[in-house]
Amino acid sequence: MGLLEAIILSVLAASTPLLIAATGELITERAGVLNLGVEGMMILGAACGFGGTLLTGSTIVGAICGMLAGTALSLIFAAMALGLAVNQVATGLALTILGIGLSGLIGAGFVGERIATAPHLYIPGLTDIPYVGRILFGEDGFVYLSLLLVIAVWLFLYRTRAGLILRAAGDNHVSAHALGYPVLRIRLYAVMFGGACAGLAGAYLPLAYTPFFIPGMTAGRGWIALALVVFSSWRPGRLVVGAYLFGAVTILQLHAQGWGIGIPSQLMSALPYLATVVVLVLISRARTGGSTAPAALGTVFVPDR
Amino acid sequence: MQLVLEKRAERSTAIALISPLIAIGLTVVTMSILFVLLGKNPLAALAVYFITPLTDGYSLQEIAVKAAPLVMIAIGLSLCYLANVWNIGAEGQFLVGAVAGSWLAVVTHGSDAGPWVLPSMLLFGAAAGALYALIPAICKVRFGASEILVSLMLVYVAELLLDYLVRGPWRDPAGFNFPTTAEFDPVATVPLLIEGGRLHLGVAITLLVVAGAAVLLGRTIKGFEIRVVGAAPRAARFGGFKSNQLILLTFAISGALAGLAGIIEVAGPIGHLQPGISPGYGFTAIIVAFLGRLNPVGILIAGLFLALTFIGGEQAQIAMKIPLDMTKVFQGILLFYVLACDSLILYRIRLIMPQRKAADGTA
Amino acid sequence: MRKTVLAATAAVLAAAISLGGAHAADKLKVGFIYLGPIGDLGWTYQHDQARLAMIKEFGDKVETTYLENVSEGPDSERSIEQLARAGNKLIFTTSFGYMEPTLKVARKYPNVHFEHATGYKRDKNMSTYSGRFYEGRYIQGIIAAKMSKSGVLGYIGSFPIPEVISGINATILGAQTINPNIKVKIIWANTWFDPGKEADAAKALLDQGADIIMQHTDSPAPMQIASERGKLAFGQDSEMIKFGPKTQLTSIMDNWAPYYIKRVKAELDGTWKSEDTWDGLKEKMVVMAPYTNMPDDVKKLAMDTEAGIIAGTIKPFKCPVLGQDGKEIECKGGDHLADGQVLGMNFYVKGIDDKVPGGK
Repeated sequence: MGLLEAIILSVLAASTPLLIAATGELITERAGVLNLGVEGMMILGAACGFGGTLLTGSTIVGAICGMLAGTALSLIFAAMALGLAVNQVATGLALTILGIGLSGLIGAGFVGERIATAPHLYIPGLTDIPYVGRILFGEDGFVYLSLLLVIAVWLFLYRTRAGLILRAAGDNHVSAHALGYPVLRIRLYAVMFGGACAGLAGAYLPLAYTPFFIPGMTAGRGWIALALVVFSSWRPGRLVVGAYLFGAVTILQLHAQGWGIGIPSQLMSALPYLATVVVLVLISRARTGGSTAPAALGTVFVPDR
Repeated sequence: MQLVLEKRAERSTAIALISPLIAIGLTVVTMSILFVLLGKNPLAALAVYFITPLTDGYSLQEIAVKAAPLVMIAIGLSLCYLANVWNIGAEGQFLVGAVAGSWLAVVTHGSDAGPWVLPSMLLFGAAAGALYALIPAICKVRFGASEILVSLMLVYVAELLLDYLVRGPWRDPAGFNFPTTAEFDPVATVPLLIEGGRLHLGVAITLLVVAGAAVLLGRTIKGFEIRVVGAAPRAARFGGFKSNQLILLTFAISGALAGLAGIIEVAGPIGHLQPGISPGYGFTAIIVAFLGRLNPVGILIAGLFLALTFIGGEQAQIAMKIPLDMTKVFQGILLFYVLACDSLILYRIRLIMPQRKAADGTA
Repeated sequence: MRKTVLAATAAVLAAAISLGGAHAADKLKVGFIYLGPIGDLGWTYQHDQARLAMIKEFGDKVETTYLENVSEGPDSERSIEQLARAGNKLIFTTSFGYMEPTLKVARKYPNVHFEHATGYKRDKNMSTYSGRFYEGRYIQGIIAAKMSKSGVLGYIGSFPIPEVISGINATILGAQTINPNIKVKIIWANTWFDPGKEADAAKALLDQGADIIMQHTDSPAPMQIASERGKLAFGQDSEMIKFGPKTQLTSIMDNWAPYYIKRVKAELDGTWKSEDTWDGLKEKMVVMAPYTNMPDDVKKLAMDTEAGIIAGTIKPFKCPVLGQDGKEIECKGGDHLADGQVLGMNFYVKGIDDKVPGGK
């Protein structure tokens, strides 16, 4: 296995949880809802996902448990932000605190336990193709699932009527409502989808990355997923680029250290964040036909009756 | 049959007054159930959280010390939020303020510098926080970049900058190369208000900031502009208010206050610069700002109340072996209830019969 | 006279209040401040295991309290003081960052005894304690050099503090006794604890040709990555064989239990004194996990080295120690580097082809 191939494999794995969580948040935000609680939903997904697999031995059950946990938290968010029209920023932050607390209580019993990692794909012939086989056909299922998810989301947003309506709800909820679309129900589904994705992304960590649960193991990845959504200027295609770019910088700065390149490691660690800011400014400045923020993002909507 | 939310014609003063009480009542009920599930005596546990910390001078002091930075940051943030711009990077501005102010303490360390050091440090901290906050503000007004994202990204950059400095150039030469600066000299330290206690000058400064913000918002034209720009941007444009200028101003003020809070923490309770000087103050302050309904006095009360749960949570760990995670759950639930009940000030919940069901009604 | 009456009344009251048990009033209250969650499987976990062992030793003569996840920022002074106010007579603060706050609280509470881990400031009522983890690293270096086929070791550092730097140096000095040309690749994770990042670092090291993973971060993630790749690794802080049954060569385990038992006993006996303890393999503060997944000759070599260090015949930092520039480091401890030089170590020895981050 060549070094480049190895690096690509590491980047794929490191980017996958970011991509899954960010895809969910992208849909949430496209519907006009800003849920800052991704980190909280992820860590609860990690705890419940680990628990599910520990009890049943099945990766799939674990993944489903993670998704359910994320969805459950997102429902609390929906009840607050949609049902009661509470400020979304504050609710999202409170959700993160709650998620971290709950995951700690649930995960207290998991300390020291380990599970088997999610199996890697192996397709005779294909996986053995030199250079690209391992990358295209040899990672764990989540990696490919995440890409399918992005494609599905892209198709949904741009090729279906439902996607059009969702975007309308996010861009101008008053008009969407006037046209007779159930804005709040659309947003509820979008928030739940975001929660399920965040839960799955969190579950990916103990199920496929490091097969044990430790409190706080998401270590800020939920926040990065939030950044990626904005980085992508709310477009699924750019989200993939952004997630892999972020993963690549993370992995490459580790490699650069191993090669003994004498740049302060803090500077290298800061690069992804600085890059995000720069790219964001460039994108916002150019506005080359790309969509910018959903116009109604983060604003409350209470239909007139 | 369905429950839906409906806007009130005007905000309900009655609910504004009783909503915190309802929220606390609901929290008490929910937490009692959780405590029973955890096998703890709910009455005793609640007493430890809410009552015990209020019964002795020591704990009251600690609540004030804990609340001070939260309140100071939240006051600044509330100005941004009132103007409808979203600074969520106060954590970064806090750290940069701490770093900039500490620079003076580090270079004057061991010299016979006079009493000008501390005031200058506070100025440096506030200025650096303001400048750091202006980066997302300028990115927004100049390029239209989301201030939410830029300010959040800069938090991580600030953390790494602090980390680099205390592990490299600013490391205490006599400190066995551990990642911390030398302890600040007395002239670079925030004085205590009570000898032997922990109540420091920063707490008094925080109260001044609260008063200042109340005057700014209630009695000045600038304060009026801020509120109009946030509440009715179109009206503000007709009124000739320059919203870009206000974005820059509110960001600068909130950055300055966060930076000031940062240098006060470092030169006060901590006494030296080190990694991890903030247990997430910048983020917790966002919640404080909303709990306080973006009102200076409300923020003061909210900050003290949240500080109470921190101190109470610690005493619950000591006295009743209640895990820290339980305190987080407790805080989360409390915040949800408070925010939810506050919503009823502006809205009412109505019961709708099926035949009258509107096109959307997911409430 | 009056005092006696008062004291007697207080005693009666205390006895009346303590319904829990007959000895409740005599219980020594011992407090602990932890940096991480007790379930981190690493640093904090080991401290908590020692607390439990200490309880087992003394039974109901002691009552313990801990505060977990105490950040090293402004909250720590309050947390420590809360323990002091709650009547704890002996308080262990288990991370370097608690040094100044512990000192401040110690001055305020002269009748309470404090024990601070890994620091260097002491007072009449404040002791310090730490482990000579570099002794274990030296043995690991020898094993690694024996077991490595590529001659390249992968080292995951947390932060470039002296404890970690001296660990890297001891490793390389040990390895050089077997293979003078041994290479080490170092990656700083800049965290004690982020399983994902530690795993990424382990992957990067393996991808760059290292075939033995050594870590000075706290999670079992690197061990588990090495295990997935069929390579070898050393554990950290605790026994990690569960995460790599065919991978773990040995693990440096922090064993605080004997120290905690000793200090609590001193407190119970009224003989507690402020001391500076820096114990190693000999005192069993540093314990090597069983030597596994290696041939018998390597195992024997490792055990002989361990015995030599315990007996004092082998010294990891035996002079002459050469710096990266090939010049001899001043030898302040007779035939080996003085403790102070190791405690403040901020240079790499010859043979490490890298730079200490932030170093001059």
